[in-house]
Amino acid sequence: MAYPSDFKYTKEHEWIKADGNTGTIGITAYAQESLGDIVFVDLPKVGAEVTAGKTFGTVESVKAVSDLYAPASGTVTEVNAELATAPEKINKDAHGAWMIKIALKDPSELGSLLSAADYEKFVNEEGGH
Amino acid sequence: MPSIEAITPTIRKTALNPVHRAMGAKMVEFNGWDMPVEYPSAGGIIAEHNAVRTSVGIFDVSHMGDIRLSGLDALDAVQHISMNDASRLAIGQAQYSALLYPQGTFVDDVIVHRLAETDYLLVINAGTREKDFNWVRDNTRHFNCKVENLSDEFTQIAIQGPQGVELLQKLTDADLSAVKFYWVTRGTVCGLKNTLIARTGYTGEDGFEIYVPPDESTSAMVWNKVLEAGKELAVAPCGLGARNTLRLEAKLPLYGHEISDNINVWEAGLDRFCKMEKPDFIGRAALEKSKAEGVKRMLVGLEMIERGIARDGYKVLDETGSEIGYVTSGSFAPFLKKNIALAYVPPQFAAVGSTVKVEIRGQGVKAQVVPTPFYKRPKRT
Repeated sequence: MAYPSDFKYTKEHEWIKADGNTGTIGITAYAQESLGDIVFVDLPKVGAEVTAGKTFGTVESVKAVSDLYAPASGTVTEVNAELATAPEKINKDAHGAWMIKIALKDPSELGSLLSAADYEKFVNEEGGH
Repeated sequence: MPSIEAITPTIRKTALNPVHRAMGAKMVEFNGWDMPVEYPSAGGIIAEHNAVRTSVGIFDVSHMGDIRLSGLDALDAVQHISMNDASRLAIGQAQYSALLYPQGTFVDDVIVHRLAETDYLLVINAGTREKDFNWVRDNTRHFNCKVENLSDEFTQIAIQGPQGVELLQKLTDADLSAVKFYWVTRGTVCGLKNTLIARTGYTGEDGFEIYVPPDESTSAMVWNKVLEAGKELAVAPCGLGARNTLRLEAKLPLYGHEISDNINVWEAGLDRFCKMEKPDFIGRAALEKSKAEGVKRMLVGLEMIERGIARDGYKVLDETGSEIGYVTSGSFAPFLKKNIALAYVPPQFAAVGSTVKVEIRGQGVKAQVVPTPFYKRPKRT
């Protein structure tokens, strides 16, 4: 599995891509594979505040409900509305099917997240994939 | 100090466990068994589910238990411990039934097969194997009847879907077209003589369950031959994930969810499998009383109107937000492409068309009572 090197990752299997002051957030290929067929996502509305390490929504597969954890704090500026009707896009392209964009409150928060190489090492140890 | 081994419950494995792992199945623990939940190579739960609805899928259901009652009084013993009328069974016929506590609640649901004149096979759930066997043995002591636990004697493979008959026919000399739904036959399957073949299942589709010797090599041989024979039918190996969504669409109860030791037959809506007019059986008196009093809750089918998936254990609320019941099973339904659930609610909310709410992460999400089963297989000619 290829994890983009310009993303940062959480141990809860979210990714964030920072572009200036904007952070784009989704879940990793490892997460979608573990979940299986994704059938529902519950995301915050534009304007909502998310806090690093706290839940900002839910993703559900046929068999499981999982919380989504914010990799960084900020205000939601955009929500990927397409996922409401086509959540399976996350299975097809987890690193392309972003969930929310936020205006980063403190871009330095990203410094504590995992790099692609560290995340890959982490999931190899965790899941044996 | 007891050793770790002594206090850690053993995870049981079916004879096909190495085959599932070699196929890359995702494994989970289910009722103490290490079982495949889905096969990513087959496309996962949704693809497996839809293969069963439109063509054919196969399942390892060897974790199911089997109890044989045989001997002079076998029929009387079966009649005493089960709610359906086993005297109606011809040799080779099967029926859905249940074992009840004296309170009219469920020990388990079962399929009763009449294999010979005085020879009955009860197929029971994995999680209740020991409980069921002890219950049956303890409650049939006064009958002239031998009770055997055959749970470890078979590898049980389910071949389910409209094309199941075509698939299995390639592997057996038995004339499957002569076997009606809920009847059994015997024949040579994959070279194994006298194999028990039942036209039963837990998917809401036509299909078969075959019972073959439980050693690893024979089990793997049969599994692989079934997959090979099913290639041109696009057969899917299926895990417990699809098994659960298939049975939910068809409203087939699952022990510990729709039925349990504190839910009775009338609440569960299984009236047509409970024959009050047959000779006395355990649970009958309590059910008679319950019928006269009326039930306080009923199992209903829900379809979500607003966005959200009802899950097992979620609360059901009325329009004002007061708790009125709970969800027993809920999921996205892969074939119907709707979010559905089964739930217990008071009778005044049970009419088709009633609107209720399901509490999902603190929010009341609208749902409607709909007719069940959610899915009924089309009549095929």
